[in-house]
Amino acid sequence: MTRRCGVATEGRTLVAGSARGRALRLDEPLSLWGGMDPATGRVIDRRHPQSGQSLAGRIVTMPSGRGSSSSSSVLAEAVRAGTAPSAVLMLEPDPIVALGAVVAAELYGRRVPVVVLDEATYNGIRSGDEVVVEAGEISATVRVARGSG
Amino acid sequence: MRLSALDRAMLDGRHGEATRLAMKVVTAMASASEASRLIDVASAHVDGCLYHGQASLDFAERLVTGGARVTIPTTLNVGSVDLLHPELYRGDPDTADRGRRLMDLYASMGCRPTWTCAPYQLAGRPSFGQHVAWAESNAIVFANSVLGARTDRYGDFIDVCAAITGRVPEAGLHLDRNRAGQILLRLNGVSKKLLAEDVLFPVLGHVVGMEAGTMVPVIDGLPASTSEDQLKALGAAAASSGAVALFHAVGLTPEAPSLEEAFGGKEPRRVVEVTPSRLADARDALTTARSDHLDAVSVGTPHFSIDEFARLTLLLERTGIAPGVDFFVSTSRHVLAEVESRGWLDVYRGAGVTLVVDTCTYVTPILNPSHRVVMTNSAKWAYYAPGNVGVEVVFGSLEECVRSASEGRVRRDEALWGGD
Repeated sequence: MTRRCGVATEGRTLVAGSARGRALRLDEPLSLWGGMDPATGRVIDRRHPQSGQSLAGRIVTMPSGRGSSSSSSVLAEAVRAGTAPSAVLMLEPDPIVALGAVVAAELYGRRVPVVVLDEATYNGIRSGDEVVVEAGEISATVRVARGSG
Repeated sequence: MRLSALDRAMLDGRHGEATRLAMKVVTAMASASEASRLIDVASAHVDGCLYHGQASLDFAERLVTGGARVTIPTTLNVGSVDLLHPELYRGDPDTADRGRRLMDLYASMGCRPTWTCAPYQLAGRPSFGQHVAWAESNAIVFANSVLGARTDRYGDFIDVCAAITGRVPEAGLHLDRNRAGQILLRLNGVSKKLLAEDVLFPVLGHVVGMEAGTMVPVIDGLPASTSEDQLKALGAAAASSGAVALFHAVGLTPEAPSLEEAFGGKEPRRVVEVTPSRLADARDALTTARSDHLDAVSVGTPHFSIDEFARLTLLLERTGIAPGVDFFVSTSRHVLAEVESRGWLDVYRGAGVTLVVDTCTYVTPILNPSHRVVMTNSAKWAYYAPGNVGVEVVFGSLEECVRSASEGRVRRDEALWGGD
């Protein structure tokens, strides 16, 4: 597939906000609780393909939610600690991730946009791509500004 | 989205600052789940009382400062500290104080201090078809699947906000259309002997979660003798390896009297044959330790029921525990009181077993920090403990756990998993 740079596609906003950063693609869903250390932002689920990688400041793509309902707190805590992803892009909406981002915005005034994408757009984002997310109240624009491989 | 006059009053702050914040969280979730309105819930189970860092405290303090009170019967999930046996906590005292402070904050909002991940083992559980707002993945899957009550996958923050407002988005598993089965898991060639064993259920649940992901799985081929505790273990495992919040077991769970009804008259999107070798692989995947070395055993995830205590009591009456092996059982203070009233506590004291209440051994530092290898009969514990508390894990049945603790070495029955 030809990778076109700078093409903007629309997504559905779960949590509004804007972000820019390098993508980190999670090959499997990750339960943030038990799966991510909010002190460091690293994936600590040893069975996860991205185990050991840091989510901090990355535009994280994650197909869907998984596991514990405590993941909302872990995301809010990561936002407070500055170790959270700068945005989360998903294939299937996950209210648990969305709630963590909503509460973090209320408590700390820092927004982590959460956006649901169609399959083609989602699959077109690779780890290392530079991604710009502009999520309004209802719809979001996601731009893959540069693919670095 | 249509809000009622009362919803709008709450959102506008006319019921106080805490209710405003709570309604803001509820409506944010409603828009994330594309709900067209909010509905009443009869009860709530709140998970936010477990300390995950400063954000947990910041949120609860914001609510309490704003005058928060729950308006529906509300139970509380585990906290960070065993309040009846605080000496069991081996971590940093400052974190314990924060954990205790968080537990106090939630209790002060009018929630019942139940401190259990198995609220379905308390009196007054939800009835069939009743809308509730439950958090904690194993409690959610049990309420939906085994009780036939209706809760979506609530988590921290939204749970207490539902308890304060009495309202949730009309979405997800509150709706008929989302409760039909989507994927069929058919037991194929599994021996009668294995079908009768408790240890099948967490292993099967692990497979179900891996296969189903976010879909509603239907399991066909379980025996009529399947117990509530076995379904609890299955659900807890499926909600760990996958995002399963509702499963149907044909002929067993209330929305699945037949295969057709479990699927709501539709065809499964996918059919998975669960063979003995598939189960054996899942059982192996739940073990990370590579030798027979054993430091400790931990059972009771989800919290041990009184029936599980009855079985463990019988096992421990027959055998002791080897020196150097710690043995933990996590349960609720309510079940502990029942254990005491049945006169079983002496068996546990005599065997040197540590009974943990109000919390669980994989969410807070209770294990001996020098211990590296822990055996469990819980797929959920096996799934999370290596990441959470940094141990190697061995998965086995309750009988294998007791036998291993007694011999001081991991002992498991491999023959059970060979198929026939």
